[in-house]
Amino acid sequence: MASPPPLLTMSGITKSFPGVRALDGVDLEVQAGEVHCLLGQNGAGKSTLIKVLAGAHQPDGGEITWRGEPVSLGSPIAAMRLGIATIYQELDLIEGLSVAENVFLGHEPTSAGFVVRGSAARTATAELLKRLGHSEIDPARLVGDLSAAQQQIVSMARALSHEVRLIVMDEPSAALDPEEVDNLFRIVGDLTADGVAVIYISHRLEEIRRIGDRVTVLKEGRSVAGGLPAKSTPTHEVVALMTGRNVEYVFPERPKVEFAAGREPVLKVEGLTRRGEFAPVDLELRPGEIVGLAGLVGSGRSEILETIYGARKPDGGRVLVDGTPLRPGSVRAAVRAGIGLAPEERKAQGLLMLESVSSNVSVSTLSRFARAGWIDRRAERAAAHQAVRELSLRPDNPDAAIRTLSGGNQQKAVLARWLLRGCKVLLLDEPTRGVDIGARAELYAVIRRLADEGLAVLLVSSEVPEVLGLADRVLVLREGSVVHTADARELDEHRVLDLVMEGSPTP
Amino acid sequence: MTQPATAAQKEAPTPAAKSAGDKESSRRPGLRWDIRTLSLLGVLAVLVAVGGITAPDEFLATNNLQLVLTQASVIGVVTVGMTFVITSGGIDLSVGAIVALASVWATTVATQEFGFAGILFTAVIVGVGCGLVNGVLIAYGRMVPFIATLAMLASARGLALQITDGSTQIVTVESVLDLGARDAYILGIPPLVLIFAAVTVIGWLLLNRTTFGRRTVAVGGNAEAARLAGIDVRRQRLYLYLLSGLCCGIAAFMLIVLAGSGQNTNGNLYELDAIAAAIIGGTLLSGGRGTVVGSVLGVLVFTTITNIFALNNLETAVQQIAKGAIIVAAVLVQRRSLHGGDA
Repeated sequence: MASPPPLLTMSGITKSFPGVRALDGVDLEVQAGEVHCLLGQNGAGKSTLIKVLAGAHQPDGGEITWRGEPVSLGSPIAAMRLGIATIYQELDLIEGLSVAENVFLGHEPTSAGFVVRGSAARTATAELLKRLGHSEIDPARLVGDLSAAQQQIVSMARALSHEVRLIVMDEPSAALDPEEVDNLFRIVGDLTADGVAVIYISHRLEEIRRIGDRVTVLKEGRSVAGGLPAKSTPTHEVVALMTGRNVEYVFPERPKVEFAAGREPVLKVEGLTRRGEFAPVDLELRPGEIVGLAGLVGSGRSEILETIYGARKPDGGRVLVDGTPLRPGSVRAAVRAGIGLAPEERKAQGLLMLESVSSNVSVSTLSRFARAGWIDRRAERAAAHQAVRELSLRPDNPDAAIRTLSGGNQQKAVLARWLLRGCKVLLLDEPTRGVDIGARAELYAVIRRLADEGLAVLLVSSEVPEVLGLADRVLVLREGSVVHTADARELDEHRVLDLVMEGSPTP
Repeated sequence: MTQPATAAQKEAPTPAAKSAGDKESSRRPGLRWDIRTLSLLGVLAVLVAVGGITAPDEFLATNNLQLVLTQASVIGVVTVGMTFVITSGGIDLSVGAIVALASVWATTVATQEFGFAGILFTAVIVGVGCGLVNGVLIAYGRMVPFIATLAMLASARGLALQITDGSTQIVTVESVLDLGARDAYILGIPPLVLIFAAVTVIGWLLLNRTTFGRRTVAVGGNAEAARLAGIDVRRQRLYLYLLSGLCCGIAAFMLIVLAGSGQNTNGNLYELDAIAAAIIGGTLLSGGRGTVVGSVLGVLVFTTITNIFALNNLETAVQQIAKGAIIVAAVLVQRRSLHGGDA
């Protein structure tokens, strides 16, 4: 065989973080001049994989070869020297530096080795921007003053400022308008015509069909299929590869009597909107009901939750609890009206990590146990203990340090806090993140029991089966808009994924 | 259907890379006379006017203006180093203590035997050495800058006391004393002011014209992004504390020249003055933006206030209240200009 070796092969790549096996055997083969698409659900390991490729993470195991030679990507510099450039989804630009300074950051044109030749950098940057079809961006402007789409272009210019053989693009179209996406595809076409390979990550199947050559599918840290033809593999096959699951979750049964039916909604959201985050949303939540929001990261799920909670100020619309509108953008008003939030970043946003279970549970209700500012610690502890018991939190000890608890029990402590406060509406953002599989079923049962006792629950999760299994009704979000609302029993995972990826319901 | 050239691009002016060069350079962050710098200049002008009105004879006298500049020089050099550290998102609380330690180490009887060069060399080496310890602890020992430099503050002061046993070490080297004499001029400028000017210019060039400066801003703006861009963030942090230590060593030498002695109480609360001057100058305490010109203006504003208050026989207490008010006002102005008034 005379054919040249592939540009890049990765085989058996593994990578663990404390408590998580992010990559569990990934194989990837990329040829020069192709657009290789990487598909997978949230948490499938795409981001970790490209960080390994960029030299930002060191793999625990596996082999990487580059143009037939085994290599180790020990640092971002090592990857760049080989000609691998990465455009991250999280924009990784420095706002206080100019466009040209960002583009050439780390490899500035210099004289005498350390004096930056600023005009040379600006001229070269202007060339790159012109090649990208965006000569209107001034290389001397501060990146912080640019729009998100323009920053994306700057990221791309930065990737092209290196001698590249492989460009990794992590959801490059997410921040772009449709016409800018066309421009992006033109650039990708130019690059591959020059023999540069592109690894393209996107959730939009129609894009992959347009520009992709081959597809590798990741699921739960493994590559489940490699080198599928991008244009001809049927959608249902791709979706099936992405979803097929090894672990089945156990969900609690829905109540036989429709508790919620016929009740007045406790929470009403009318035309709530935030520009650039989500289009006007309407929803109603009845006592005893669990409503789920399904969608990809960036579809506006968490933003909607946080706006209802008052942590973000809406541009329009209103939130009503028991028919009374809340003051927009006020967490105090929301909490006083009986809304509770279990945030996505439990450790950063939800818990006092150095404190005991008891003080974590009572923190929203302290005034109840205080007389003239002095806390009655016995009453506090007793109340916390009872809330903890109701949720069967283990260990059954309110004095235990919260950091010693497992993820699932920490989450229960957050729920106990709102239970103690007696809230009517519970907003749950990724309640099972970081909770191990075994403990999930128990957490699901607790959430269902709270609903059965008359609480209204709004659930956000990036795991589609979780939303479908736990919720009564589901709203499907795509890029900030509700594209579908249905009874959870009428939907399945494939259908939801079709909706969030294609945007149009398949027959 | 696929039409890459959008309307916006057609209307956009074609970049004339050659002619754009000079026009753009006036807008580069380092050179920009932005509102903040201009307002500091305005404050300085007002102060000079106030000084000229309240103490017309004394304030505008050449002697007095020289005194103001000379006083500003020592803390000014420290502030330039501090500006780099703060721009990178760090803090150096140990500058005052390093100045003290370097000044007493450089004026021991043993060091003075080596004359001018011995004193200068020792001051600089002690400064750089302390900076090295700070830098290694922070960059490679992963200590929080606040804690590491706080520890250095305590130990350097302690060591300075140990060396002097609390006594003042008089300098006997003539050539050093000559530099600090009232009528000493180089090119018509007092030598200390000349050193300050040189450090300022070098500092400005370093921050705005070199890869070192670029990397400093990048580390302070977004350390992870800097790492992914291939910058060795740890080594950069080490260099920054070395630089701050170097500035302290130079300042210690200047203080020796000025006072004709070395004392373990030298440089008292310099850390606060330097941080305050950098912040009112427009350097962000959270990192990612720094300005040497602003810092120097900040130092001049503080020194001028001190001078005016002293000429008008006002108490130190009033001075300090005024300083505090200026810091608060400056930071409030900064927040407004940063967030378009909604913060």
